[in-house]
Amino acid sequence: MWREHKHVFSISNVFKLKESKRAVNSIRSLVEEEDEEDDVEKVSWSGEPVGSISWSVKETESSIRSTGEVRDQSFPKIHTAPSLPKNSSGYSLSSLFKEHSEKLLTSLILYLLDCRWSVHDDVILLWQDYVSDWTPEETVKRMQQGKVYSLEKFRSLQDKLLLLDEAVNAHDGNVITAVLIYLKKSLSKEILFRELITREIALRHYIHYLKEIGEQKLLLMQYRDHLNVRDENKRRDFLKNCLSFPFSPDDATHVQDHYTLLERQIIIEANDKQVESSGQADIFKKYPRKASILNMPIITTLYYSCFYHYGESDGTFSSPANIRKTFRISDKQFLLTCLGARAKLKAWFDVDALFTTKNWLGYTKKRSPIGFHRIVDILQKNNAPVQVLQDYVNLVEDVEQKISLAQKYKCHDVIINTYRDLKDRQQLIVYRGKVERSSSEYRKIEEILSNSVRW
Amino acid sequence: MAHSVRRDAPELPDFSLLKRLARDQLIYLLEQLPGRKDLFIEADLMSPLDRIANVTTLKQHDVDKLYKVEHKPIVSTSDQTVRGCFLYPLTNWFLFPDVVNADKAFGRFRRYKIIFSPQKFYACENLLEEQGIFGDVTTDEWSFYLLPLDDDIISLELPEFFRDYFLEGDQRWVRTAGSALHLLHSVYGPFSKVYGIGRCSKMAYESWREQVEEGEQRARQAEIGNVFLIDRDVDLVTPLCSQVVYEGLVDDIFRIKCGCVEFCPDVTSSDKSIKVMLNSQDKVFNEIRNEHFSQVFGFLSQKARNLQTAYDKRSGMDIKQMKTFVSEELKGLKQEHRLLSLHIGASESMMKKKTKQDFQELLKTEHSLLEGFEIRECISYIEEHINRQVSMVESMRLLCLLSLTENGLLPKDYRSLKNQFLQSYGIEHLLTFSNLKQLGLLVEQQPGETLTVMESRVGKLVNDKTAGQIQAGPNTVTVFNTGWVPIPLLYLIQSDEEYDLRVPRDMAYIFSGAYIPLSCKLIEQVLERDGWTGLEEVTRMLNGHEFAVTGKTSGVKTDSQRIILVMFLGGCTFSEISALRFLGREKGLKFIVVTTAITNSARLLESMLDNHA
Repeated sequence: MWREHKHVFSISNVFKLKESKRAVNSIRSLVEEEDEEDDVEKVSWSGEPVGSISWSVKETESSIRSTGEVRDQSFPKIHTAPSLPKNSSGYSLSSLFKEHSEKLLTSLILYLLDCRWSVHDDVILLWQDYVSDWTPEETVKRMQQGKVYSLEKFRSLQDKLLLLDEAVNAHDGNVITAVLIYLKKSLSKEILFRELITREIALRHYIHYLKEIGEQKLLLMQYRDHLNVRDENKRRDFLKNCLSFPFSPDDATHVQDHYTLLERQIIIEANDKQVESSGQADIFKKYPRKASILNMPIITTLYYSCFYHYGESDGTFSSPANIRKTFRISDKQFLLTCLGARAKLKAWFDVDALFTTKNWLGYTKKRSPIGFHRIVDILQKNNAPVQVLQDYVNLVEDVEQKISLAQKYKCHDVIINTYRDLKDRQQLIVYRGKVERSSSEYRKIEEILSNSVRW
Repeated sequence: MAHSVRRDAPELPDFSLLKRLARDQLIYLLEQLPGRKDLFIEADLMSPLDRIANVTTLKQHDVDKLYKVEHKPIVSTSDQTVRGCFLYPLTNWFLFPDVVNADKAFGRFRRYKIIFSPQKFYACENLLEEQGIFGDVTTDEWSFYLLPLDDDIISLELPEFFRDYFLEGDQRWVRTAGSALHLLHSVYGPFSKVYGIGRCSKMAYESWREQVEEGEQRARQAEIGNVFLIDRDVDLVTPLCSQVVYEGLVDDIFRIKCGCVEFCPDVTSSDKSIKVMLNSQDKVFNEIRNEHFSQVFGFLSQKARNLQTAYDKRSGMDIKQMKTFVSEELKGLKQEHRLLSLHIGASESMMKKKTKQDFQELLKTEHSLLEGFEIRECISYIEEHINRQVSMVESMRLLCLLSLTENGLLPKDYRSLKNQFLQSYGIEHLLTFSNLKQLGLLVEQQPGETLTVMESRVGKLVNDKTAGQIQAGPNTVTVFNTGWVPIPLLYLIQSDEEYDLRVPRDMAYIFSGAYIPLSCKLIEQVLERDGWTGLEEVTRMLNGHEFAVTGKTSGVKTDSQRIILVMFLGGCTFSEISALRFLGREKGLKFIVVTTAITNSARLLESMLDNHA
């Protein structure tokens, strides 16, 4: 920090010194004025602006900073953290000279407080000779208050650590970081880390600081850097490089997946781009790609593959089956994604095939890893026509759910047939009132009701 | 709204003073730089600045042009560029040197000044020094700590507080919180009692106390008596729940920024969006902001009918009456008409959006999670949510709720859900999971350390039963004792009977009567008991760090004793504010909410994301 001050001082010259003296003098008069005003105690809280803005700032500020001597309010200190061992080594200010400088400093501080940071640099000049031995506690306090301080004299490791512990005790992250920056500059990495290991709060501040200035390279952070690599090939290579990092087994699998995924996406993208521009495939003509597949999640890639590469043989990188196998996609997940993509294309035959299973006798049966009511929902969201919807509504096992879904999506046949099968004449009559007289549904209900064999 | 409204609640202090203070200080800072200057404003500071000053004010103080900070070379005509780089969140402060260096490369040497708000950090100055531009750039700070958003809401506008403190473990804002409290204490104090819970609250208290000791206190009539400090991580469940109170819902859907919301064309039924201030000045909004959404429609239609009647009065009027009507009533009616149609539009639009995303089912899952019932069903609901690639943040929210209420996921579930999440939303969310784990929002159950699922389920059931009885006496509190992240059962779950949302009987109404937010319940209990006595079990579950201290000059019974300042460290939601307003009405108290930022589930979770390049 001394260097920092020097830097400021080096700009200085005699002229500047004079200027700063003038500045301080002018401040003094301001301060005195303020005192007089305060003695009168005529501070208005009504919010009416009085006088110039500077005056009003002073007015509001000073009234907040307080003036009177009353000090009847005091709250107890509470124990905030496991207190760190305090060392009472010789930081006392006993010498006469020091006391003298303290006094001078105090009066300077008063000026500083009022002139704030703006004249800061100038005033520093006045006391460069007086910077003295502040204890760690005093130093931290001064730093918190934004006053001038110096860390240069904390040279022994013990002193540095005392300073750090004091900063941590003060619970001021700003100061903790400031001290850590100083320690970073003045201690070797090994020593600093050795000491930080036992000081968790300081360590976390240090890591956060390094992260912010971009020096931190923890494991995941290194992986994170792939986000900064724009070019996909370079990004892929970067990820490949990450594979050798000592991740936990779970995370290692994910990073491996990430690499594999991007590798494939690059291949698929290059191929499809070429196919699309050559106009060879109908699917791309009919549904031009809206965006590149690069850097998309696995499921989006699967959706893409179900959309553009459905029915390809398992061997190709772009086939749904291959993606499903490579990334260990669950049946449920695969079905949902595939369903979404095929429904979007209105390929109802494919949708149908997704659920069809054959038993050993050759009979077909519809099965689904998720409830058919959900399937109906998804199909409906993809604007499936009623003819398609009702097939799936029919597959819903719970009768009540079936009817409510059928009503929601106006699958009249399902409703009518269900009531018929339930032999619920009453409901049928009610339902007849809901459909239009001229409709085929109406006729169908009439027919059932008049069919006396049924009832 | 409630039955037993106490009408003697004291008046709130006037917080507009804080705005004036901030404005005057800014002007003072600008006056320190004589001559014309350009002002560059960091994006995050735009809205707060808007609330306290306008362009005219700035122009009056020689500000030539206003720019948004864009971290690229500055094209400006002024010879003296004041770079009002109000790096409020300081998220981008390390980019600043590039701007100056780029300027230098062009052979331009301009004078820059960075004004940090609310304070400057040593790390920033150090960076300027390291980059060799320390002398070229001067710095200053604008102690803009507190922005009153409404009569009873004051924000520190530090959304990054949550991440910085709770995730990164950086205490840089602790002193800021202490200073903000100190400012309030100096202007509206002296406080007589301070209660608090949480490590950060303790540190903020200490920082404040030290600042009080450093300064000198003037004796004045206290306007705020008691203070309650609470760390956000004491209750992470509440901010993760879907909000159903009008103001909260508007925030969830449209995002209220600095007390201002932008309603899309959908709401305004025109072709453009409009920005609207949402606060107590809006008479219609003021009446519905704290209401459960289901009650809002009825209220608005009643209001519309009244308005119609008021307009209809015209028909039977003679000229003279018409004249008085036009001069006295018409303006008010028109204003009301405008506001009414705005909020009706907003309600309709929200209704549409929520129906589209199957809100009912979502709420059902949420409530099941909180009650600890049908967890397997909840998990498959979440799974499907993830599988269908529905909103990433929503999926994450449900996962976190699951983890918080179940004390972590079973290792098998954790692995499978994480895997599916990464497949659906991108593998780079590895980073997000690592963050969520660090913060304790989404974790794996540690084998051997926790109860088995069955045991904890049984524990919950037992507690659930007693929960009904607890309500009788205020002295009993039951606790969800569920392992390593204990969730006290202050979410008094009340599922059996019908909850009449028209006449809410307790703060649970903000969540459809399903449960009471822990944060607010704690506040209620501590105020009632005047301390933490009897809540030992709860605080133990919450990892302790509770305190209650009394200043020397308490004992004076004035109105100020019934004004309670609640400071949320790490953000609070509009739902919690509504709950506290309700509590205030019930008990004849007035709550002032001071928060590091207004938060909601989306903001909270987005702050956990790391995947922006």
